[in-house]
Amino acid sequence: MNRIFKVAFCIGTFLFASAASAADINVRIVNLTNGIWYTPFMVAAHTDDSRLFTTGMPASASIQAMAEGGTLAGLETDLTAIGATFVANPAGGLLPPAMETDTDLNTDGTDNVRLSVVAMLLPTNDAFMGLNAVTIPAEPGVYVFNVPAYDAGTEANDEILNAPAGGAPGVAGMPGDPGGLAGSGGSGAAGADANANVHIHRNTLGDTDGTGGTSDLDSRVHRWLNPVARVIVTVR
Amino acid sequence: MNSTYLRARVCGIAAATMLGIAACSGSSTPPVTPPAPIPPPPMATIEVTISNLTNAQPLSPVAVVAHTDGYNPFSVGQAATPGLEMLAEAGDNTAFLVEADASGSIRTSASGTGPIPPGASETISVVVFESLLSNTQISVMTMLVNTNDAISGINAVATGDMQVGDSISRRAIAYDAGTEANTETAVTIPGPAGNGEGFNAARDDRVDQVTMHGGVVSRDDGFASSDLREAHRFDNPVVQVTLTRTL
Repeated sequence: MNRIFKVAFCIGTFLFASAASAADINVRIVNLTNGIWYTPFMVAAHTDDSRLFTTGMPASASIQAMAEGGTLAGLETDLTAIGATFVANPAGGLLPPAMETDTDLNTDGTDNVRLSVVAMLLPTNDAFMGLNAVTIPAEPGVYVFNVPAYDAGTEANDEILNAPAGGAPGVAGMPGDPGGLAGSGGSGAAGADANANVHIHRNTLGDTDGTGGTSDLDSRVHRWLNPVARVIVTVR
Repeated sequence: MNSTYLRARVCGIAAATMLGIAACSGSSTPPVTPPAPIPPPPMATIEVTISNLTNAQPLSPVAVVAHTDGYNPFSVGQAATPGLEMLAEAGDNTAFLVEADASGSIRTSASGTGPIPPGASETISVVVFESLLSNTQISVMTMLVNTNDAISGINAVATGDMQVGDSISRRAIAYDAGTEANTETAVTIPGPAGNGEGFNAARDDRVDQVTMHGGVVSRDDGFASSDLREAHRFDNPVVQVTLTRTL
C-alpha cells in the first residue's frame, strides 16, 4: 500500500510538472516619454497561442476600447475567458511621464507562458504601448523589454481634444489631456488612417498654435520617439 | 587589486631573503640568483567605439566611465546631476567626469579627443585589471550638440566575462536631460547650428527629470521660432557603441 501510494505520488508530481508552467514574476513598467501619460495598464500572462493584438490585423473591439479611451473592461472579459493571469491598473490610475509602476504576477498551475502589457497614450486618438506576447523567461533574472507605440488603426488621428466623449469607441477626438498642455481650435491634423490595421504609430504631428492650427497637440511637447516604455520583468 | 599586487611583491622579497640566508649558511657559495621579476598583474583592454548615426547632430566629446555597480550616469525620472547638465547643455564633459571620478564606484575614465561628426566614429581604450572585469560596467555619455539638451550613450553595460576578441554592441537612444527647455533657438544651441551659450544653470524645462527625447521639431516643421532645420531632426537609435576586448 505504501509503495502504491509512492508511485501514485510520483506520477502525480510528474503530471503536474509537465502540464503547468510556474512563473513568479514582477513586472515593472516605466513611462519613458517626455510629455505622454498612460491610461491604466493591462498586464497579462496568457497561453502561447493567444494574442491581445497582431500587427497587420484589425484591432479587436477590446483593444479599440483600450486604445481610444483607456477602458480595460473588454480586455478583462477576454482574458478571463481564456484563463489568463492578469492584473488591471497596477498604477491605480494614470501614469505620468517618467514615472513607473509595478505588479507581481504568479502563473503557478497555468499554461500562461507569454506576457503582454498594453495601455493608451494620452493625449492621442488611438495610440497604445504594447508588449506583445513575449515568452516569460524560465531562468531567474532581470529582463528588459523596450516597447514601441502602436496605432490601433481604428480612429483618425485628428488630434482634436474631445474630452471625455472622444474616449468612446468610434467617437472622433482625443478623450483627455492630463498634462494640461494641449491647445484648442485645431482644424484636424489627419484623416482616417491609411493603414486600418494595428501598426507602428507614425507619431503625433502637433503644431505650435495653442488656439488654432491643425492640431490641439503641441509639437514641442506631445511628440515621442520609440521606445515609449520599458518593461522590466524579474523572474524569481 | 593594488593590495594583491603589494602582497605579491612582499612575498617576492621574503623569498629573496630566504635565498640569501641559504647562501650564507652553505659551505660553498653558489651563484646568487636574482629573484624573478614580479610580473605585472594582467590587464584587460576594452576598446570603446562610438559611432554617430545621425544626419546632422555632431556628438560632443564623449565621456567614457568604467565603474562598478552603484554608479549610473543618469536614471529616467531623476534630475540630471550638475555635471550631466553641463554635458547635456554645453557638450562639456569636464564636470561630468569629475563627478564620476568622485563617485567611489570608479575604475577609470576617459574623454574623447573632440566632437564626433555625423557618420564618424572614435575609439577610446579603457584598461582595467583583468581580475576586475567581471565586476566592471561601462557608461558612455555624449550630447547631440544641435539641440538644447539631448544626450545619448550607454548606461552601465556590464563587461562580464568578456574574452579577448569578444564584442558587445549597443544601439543607443536619445534622452532629454530635462534641464533646459527645448526652445531650439540659436542662442541656446551650442553646436554649429546655433553657436549659442550652451550651459545655463537655470533649469527651465517643464519637469527637471531625464526622459526620452521627443525629437527636434524644427522650423521646417512649423516651429516658427526654431533655428533648427529639418536636417537636424533625428530618430532612434542615434549612436552605436561597441565594446571590444582587445587584450
